[in-house]
Amino acid sequence: MAKRIDVSGLNAYYGSFLAIEDISMTIEPRSVTAFIGPSGCGKSTFLRTLNRMHEVTPGGRVDGKVMLDDENLYGAGIDPVAVRREVGMVFQRPNPFPTMSVYDNVAAGLRLNGKYKKSQLDDVVEKSLRGANLWNEVKDRLNKPGSGLSGGQQQRLCIARAIAVEPNVLLMDEPCSALDPISTLAIEDLIGELKERFTIVIVTHNMQQAARVSDRTAFFNLAAVGKPGKLIEIDETERIFSNPSVQATEDYISGRFG
Amino acid sequence: MDTTTQKPAAPPAPGPAAPVDSSAARGVTRPGDRIFLGLSRGSGILVLVLMAAIAAFLTYRASLAISKDEANFFTTFEWNPSGLPPEFGIAVLAFGTVVSSVIAMVIAVPVAVAIALFITHYAPRRLGGPIGYVIDLLAAVPSIVYGLWGALVLVPHLDGLYGWLDDYLGWTGILEWNDGAPRSLFTVGILLAVMILPIITNVSREVFRQVPRMHEEAALALGATRWEVIRMSVLPFGRSGVISASMLGLGRALGETMAVAMVLSPSFTISASLLDPGGGTFAQNIASKFNEATEMGRDALIASGLVLFVITLLVNGAARLIIARRKEYSGANA
Repeated sequence: MAKRIDVSGLNAYYGSFLAIEDISMTIEPRSVTAFIGPSGCGKSTFLRTLNRMHEVTPGGRVDGKVMLDDENLYGAGIDPVAVRREVGMVFQRPNPFPTMSVYDNVAAGLRLNGKYKKSQLDDVVEKSLRGANLWNEVKDRLNKPGSGLSGGQQQRLCIARAIAVEPNVLLMDEPCSALDPISTLAIEDLIGELKERFTIVIVTHNMQQAARVSDRTAFFNLAAVGKPGKLIEIDETERIFSNPSVQATEDYISGRFG
Repeated sequence: MDTTTQKPAAPPAPGPAAPVDSSAARGVTRPGDRIFLGLSRGSGILVLVLMAAIAAFLTYRASLAISKDEANFFTTFEWNPSGLPPEFGIAVLAFGTVVSSVIAMVIAVPVAVAIALFITHYAPRRLGGPIGYVIDLLAAVPSIVYGLWGALVLVPHLDGLYGWLDDYLGWTGILEWNDGAPRSLFTVGILLAVMILPIITNVSREVFRQVPRMHEEAALALGATRWEVIRMSVLPFGRSGVISASMLGLGRALGETMAVAMVLSPSFTISASLLDPGGGTFAQNIASKFNEATEMGRDALIASGLVLFVITLLVNGAARLIIARRKEYSGANA
């Protein structure tokens, strides 16, 4: 299921403001790629261009190429809705549908895609919740509202919801920034398991987290406020954190940067 | 209003063993706090007292009339409180009030929700703003103006609609047109729908606007189309707000007076077809009879007013029950 992402010459705008400029990178399937960089450098914006979520922001616009295996996500005749069914996303703040039960939250994506028998849905819900390491905690309260869970459980519920539709890629936008250390650990363990099945891209502000979970790390930076964000370098995580090839990266990870 | 009156009424229980500490535990009371507490508590109590006074007044005057009523107050199709013997009943009025309001709700709520969704989720910002503004203006039009419009414009133009309804739905009986003038409960319902549309639209629009962006993005990221986003996150989140908005509209429809009086040709009958002229509503009946009523006649009208008061309370209570029943699923605890 996992697919390779190949980005070339990608620019993203908010209205007339160029937010990220000329990004090219390759993201390998069945691996975890982490995006790090200071606030405002465009790493979340770039993440959102990978499932065409950037353009739902008023004024949001993208040009360039994002190849998912051999399909250009920004090609003519590509339906953004179809792209988002293939590229799942987990957000910074856990956002289960507040009006839905745990079960319905996980089944929501499937129900969008068509009709399923109750037994099929049951199977997928259990499999996804097990996949998100949440099954044992919620199996007795599947019909309770998803918003009644703890923050960490809600985030794992969102992951279960995202993987229930078997996407090719899973994007995570600072998935642990609203969580306590224990919940963070649970999510990080989960990421390690999920990369067996999916291509995972994670944006994080926590450099230890990037070092712990990712195989490759991309460092983004911007020259000054109001200037577009750029990709500085992308490399094996080990190299980025021990011997990066660009001085700016070393300054950032060693804390010599604002 | 309950919370403002009840919360301050629960004092922190100071331990009797430590009288010196208890005043210190309560802290310094500043004059500003005391004045504001008094004002807000007083206002809360005043509302309750006013409600009780209205209820008491209505009940007292109503009981005077009902005790002299020689016919059954709830089932009689007649209004003759000054006759010998006095005979009057609210059956026709209750039927007309409820039916015309229900027709108004059936027409207005879907349209209002659709307009609110269009303004908040479909229309480009340049278009949504002006549309919202025009609808705000509609809410400010006095009901007498709606009544004039209804009588002079709406009624003369309904033959086509009535004919169409008769052709396709006449077989049901309740929408059969017997070629009477279109001054029926159905016409009243249409006019009331126009009148309550702005208030329902405005409140729904505000509710839909407050749907957190992250709930909509959750649906979008799953591959939901625009309509699916609305179905999965906007409508469920706005549900209780739309119910509240509808209750505001229903309240106006139930109590509307002048516009109904100007459009309906009243009679104390209930027709099988909603398209037949005749019928009446509580408010319309009170307004058209009050000036020329005797003392007894006024008490009888007040008795009918009491019934309207009770109906309104029941409707609001029912709406609160609906909202409370699914409270844990509301967006509030997200």
